Amino acid sequence: MGLELYLDLLSQPCRALYIFARSNNIPFEFKRVELCKGQHKTEEFRKVNVLMKVPALKDGSFTLAESIAILLYMVNKFKTPDHWYPSDLQKRARVDEYLSWQHANIRAKGSKLFLSKVLLPLVTGQPLPPEKLEFATEELNVALQQFEEKFLQDKPFIAGSEISLADIVALVELMQPVCAGYDLFEERPKLTEWRRRVEEAVGKQIFQEAHEEIMNIKNLTADQFAPELMENFKQQLLKQVSQN
Amino acid sequence: MGLELYLDLLSQPCRSIYIFARSNNIPFEFKHVELFKDSVLGKKPAAGSGAEQPRAGPSNTEGAGKVSLLKKVPALKDGDFTLAECTAILLYLSRKYNTPDHWYPTDIQKRARVDEYLSWHHANIRANAPKTMWIKVLIPLFTGQPLPSEKLQEVMEGLSTSLKQFEERFLQDKAFIIGSEISLADLVAIVELMQPVGVGCDIFEDRPRLREWRRRVEDAVGKELFFQAHEMILNIKELSNIQIDPQLKEQLAPVLMKMLK
Repeated sequence: MGLELYLDLLSQPCRALYIFARSNNIPFEFKRVELCKGQHKTEEFRKVNVLMKVPALKDGSFTLAESIAILLYMVNKFKTPDHWYPSDLQKRARVDEYLSWQHANIRAKGSKLFLSKVLLPLVTGQPLPPEKLEFATEELNVALQQFEEKFLQDKPFIAGSEISLADIVALVELMQPVCAGYDLFEERPKLTEWRRRVEEAVGKQIFQEAHEEIMNIKNLTADQFAPELMENFKQQLLKQVSQN
Repeated sequence: MGLELYLDLLSQPCRSIYIFARSNNIPFEFKHVELFKDSVLGKKPAAGSGAEQPRAGPSNTEGAGKVSLLKKVPALKDGDFTLAECTAILLYLSRKYNTPDHWYPTDIQKRARVDEYLSWHHANIRANAPKTMWIKVLIPLFTGQPLPSEKLQEVMEGLSTSLKQFEERFLQDKAFIIGSEISLADLVAIVELMQPVGVGCDIFEDRPRLREWRRRVEDAVGKELFFQAHEMILNIKELSNIQIDPQLKEQLAPVLMKMLK
């Protein structure tokens, strides 16, 4: 029994793991955990991750949560090419810097926009007031500006001339609001170019495969959610969307 | 010109870096950034930042202003190399100065546990702990009004949930997060939890296991150093007596209120 990755590809961090593992030919068993069906709340999954979140990893008796930790674990265990997490002290620090910053910025704002635009209306049956949507979009725009000015700048990738973990983590997060209908790449040529480079570097096909489900998110309907979990989802979403 | 660390010890991430560097005898120049002077008097905070703290931009020293494009503390300057983000700085220091293995173990599973905590920390402990200071001290200071008690209650509930997960998932029955020795994970956690303590929300009070862990962390880094780092936050009530320029109050109040929504 080898490496198991517990994933739902609707989730951004799950996609980062999927792309990284596939791109590096890391052998793993894909254990699908469907969030809409509440499979992350089963007793069985709880044994893998008591925090009941995806992604999660199981390697023999060793279990691990948090996508950043899992990515680094795979880097260390499978000794992937240096550029993913450069041994050069300063380049590595740049990757760490992005991976840390993104939690409260790109990830938080991108997720919030996605939840507000797609999930909340679906689960509550009502669209979100336009001012709230506008506010969420503006917050994401601020984060995008910081991303371009501080992290990407004029380089091909965040750490320099080669792709690293930072770029994968960044791009999968940006795809969430994109798939919700906010084409943030549209008037941002620098980001568009960077996206193209990242897709090529990981492999266009792998990238597409990872994003197939999320790209069809508009087809998601309320009846696909386990009905007994609906109320819970609603409360959770309302809370998440109202938080910073 | 050696290593420079731009810090304000009112800030949790700054304290973890300060304690780590001092505990490991890493030579550095302490560049004091006073968040409430330098940012309030120097720069207008960016709107919609979503940051827990106002943007710090040391306005007097030109060099310092260039240090971090994100204009936050903590920041590191090592020759031409500048770096933001607490985790990145701690890891950089641990590698550059070859600190003892337990801080960030080479064993990949132990290391993964540290990474796991450092990642989880952002959206959990760090999402709520800092708000206690905002609600109890800073916002009333700047807006002249106390906040409704439900706001604090909400935050304390969120913090309670995170603390429960911290005990069940990360600490469990171990001495420290990764086992028998202290690591970066414990340091990052403890400084964050001292924030509510400083403003009178003693989260250790009814949590004996956490209390014991805190004692062990203090012993491991050195009690004197720990208290030195926390002197400001433990005397935060003094900040409440500072007279803030009314114009600045007016400027910051809406930004602060928005932060709490």
